[in-house]
Amino acid sequence: MTTGKREAGDGKRDKVGSSVDGWVAGARPATATSGTAENPFFEYLLRLADDRLVLGHRLSEWCGHAPILEEDIALANIALDLIGQASLLLKLAGEIEGKGRSEDTLAYFRDAIEFRNAQLVELPNGDFAVTIVRQFLFDAWDVLVLERLTAASNQSLAGIAAKALKEAKYHLRHTAEWVRMLGDGTAESHARAQRALDDLWPYTAELFLRDAIDAEAVASGSGVDVESLRPRWRQTVDQVIGEATLTVPKDGFAPRGGRAGRHTEHLGRMLADMQSLARAHPGAAW
Amino acid sequence: MTDQKSPTSAPAAGSTDDAAQVAEFEARIAQGESIEPKDWMPERYRKQLTRMMSQHAHSEIVGMLPEGNWITRAPSLRRKMVLLAKVQDEAGHGLYIYCGTETLGIGREELVDQLLTGKAKYSSIFNYPTLTWADIGVIGWFVDGAAIVNQTMLAKASFGPYARAMVRICKEENFHKKQGYESVATLANGTPEQRAMVQDAVNRWWWPSLMMFGPSDKDSPNSAELIRWRVKRDTNDTLRQRFVDLTVPQARAVNLTLPDPDLRYNEETEHWDFGEIDWTEFHEVISGNGPCNRERLAARRKAHDDGAWVREAAQAYAAKRDAVTAA
Repeated sequence: MTTGKREAGDGKRDKVGSSVDGWVAGARPATATSGTAENPFFEYLLRLADDRLVLGHRLSEWCGHAPILEEDIALANIALDLIGQASLLLKLAGEIEGKGRSEDTLAYFRDAIEFRNAQLVELPNGDFAVTIVRQFLFDAWDVLVLERLTAASNQSLAGIAAKALKEAKYHLRHTAEWVRMLGDGTAESHARAQRALDDLWPYTAELFLRDAIDAEAVASGSGVDVESLRPRWRQTVDQVIGEATLTVPKDGFAPRGGRAGRHTEHLGRMLADMQSLARAHPGAAW
Repeated sequence: MTDQKSPTSAPAAGSTDDAAQVAEFEARIAQGESIEPKDWMPERYRKQLTRMMSQHAHSEIVGMLPEGNWITRAPSLRRKMVLLAKVQDEAGHGLYIYCGTETLGIGREELVDQLLTGKAKYSSIFNYPTLTWADIGVIGWFVDGAAIVNQTMLAKASFGPYARAMVRICKEENFHKKQGYESVATLANGTPEQRAMVQDAVNRWWWPSLMMFGPSDKDSPNSAELIRWRVKRDTNDTLRQRFVDLTVPQARAVNLTLPDPDLRYNEETEHWDFGEIDWTEFHEVISGNGPCNRERLAARRKAHDDGAWVREAAQAYAAKRDAVTAA
C-alpha cells in the first residue's frame, strides 16, 4: 500500500486511513510508469497540469487557422491561460516531487505513458465543432474542480486555482455561447455540433472517475471528489445543450486510462511534435 | 519636406476631385491637422490609405503563419507562451487595422476577399519559410524591428485612425522586438548548435528584412505623393538606412555577423553603408514567386473555406436572436 511520504496539504495529514481505502474500494491504479504512486500528491498535480498542458497545446494548433479572426484571438487566449496554469502546476509538482525536475523537464522530457491527462483533451482538434464542444465539456468540469481547489490546504495550489478559476469562468462563457451558436445556427452547424457531442461524450466519463490518488488528495485537504461533481456538471451541460437544441447522448462506452498513463495513439504524436526541439538539444537553455 | 512646392498639387489625372477642395485639404495637412473618416478627402488619398492599411492588415494575418509554424514546437513553456501571445497580438493588430480601414468605406469581408484572390498584397517577408526555431527570434528582432522603424513614422500619419492604430501597435511591436532579440542573444550564447542555428537564421532573414522597406526611392512610384500628404514622412531608403544603423550594433553586441561583405561604417555620413539589394529576388517574391507565396495563400484560403459554415452559423444564430427580440 502507500508507503511514500505524504506531502499533500503541506504535510498536515500523515496517514491515509482505512476509511479512504474503503472509499475507493481498492481502486489503486496501476500506473503505467510507476505501478503504484510513490508520491500521490505529485501524481495528483500532474493530472491537473497535464489536462491543461495537453488541451492548451491542442488549442494552440489552431493559431492562424481559425474560422474567424476573433476566434484566432479567443482560442489563443484560452490556450495561453491553460498553458500558463499548466506551467504553474508543473512547477509546483516538481517542487513536491523534490527531484529537481522543472516545469519544462516535466513537460518536455516525459513520454506519453508518463502523462496523466484525461484522454478527452488529447484527441485531435477535428473541426471547429469538435474543438468547441470539447472545450465546453471540459470548461464546465474545470470550473467545478477549480472552485473546490481554491480551498485546498496546500496554499500554492489554492492560489493557482483562484487565478485559474477566473479564467475558466470566462472560457465557459465563451464556449457555452459557441455551443448555442453552432447548435442553433444552421442545419450544417447543428449536425456538426451533434456529431462532435456524440463522439466526445464517452470521453467525459473519465473526468469523473476517482481512484486512490484522488482519495488521498481529498483526504489531505488538497483534492476534489470528482465523482460528486457530476450532477452539477450535468446541470450546466444539459442546460446549454438544451438551449443549443442539441441532444445529450446516452452514457455507455466510457474509455479510460489517461490518469494512469494509458492514452490514445494521438498523444504520442502530439508529444513527438511538442517535444522534438527540446529533446534534440538536451541541456540547452532557451 | 514641409515646404515642397510640388507641381503635382493639382488633382491626379482622371480624378474628379474639385481643385478648391483639394487645395483646402492639402492646406489642412500642411498645418499638421489630422484627417478623420468623415472629412472630405481626395479619392486618390482614400485609395492610397485603403491600399496601405489593408496591406498592413493582411500582413499581420499572413504573418501569423510563419511564426505559427513553431508554436507547437517551442522548446520551453515560457517560449511557447511568448510566441503564442505574439501571434495573438498580430491577429489583434490585423483586426484593429481592418476596423480602421472600414472607416474608409470598405468592409472586412471585401478586404479579405482581395487577399484571398491575390488582388491585394501583403508584406513579402512572410513568403519566406521559418526553418528553425532561431527564425522566431530573428523575426522578432529584424522583422518587428523593421516594422517599428516604419510604423513609428506612420504613427504621425495624417489619417487619424491609422496614426492612432500605429501608436498602439508600435508599443506591442517594441515588446516583440525585445523578446526576439533576447531569444537571439540566448541562442548566440548557447550551445554550438544553437549558435550555428541563429547565425544561419540571420543569414537568411537579413536581406529579405531590408526589402521590407520597399523599392529604392528612384523606383518608388507612390512615395512623393504619400509624403506630400503626410501619409509617410520619410522615403523607403531613409527608413531602410535607419534600420541598418540601428541593427548593425545590435548584431555586433551578440557576436553575430550580417551577411553583407560591403557593410562598413562611413565616417563621413555617419551611417552604415551596405551592399546592393537583390532587386530581382524582391520582384520575384512580390509577383508571387517567393518560396512560400502559394502555401501562405493556400493556408489562408483553407482556413477561410473551412470556417465558412461557422461564420454562417454565427450569422444565422444572430438573426434568430434578432427575430426573437423583435417579436
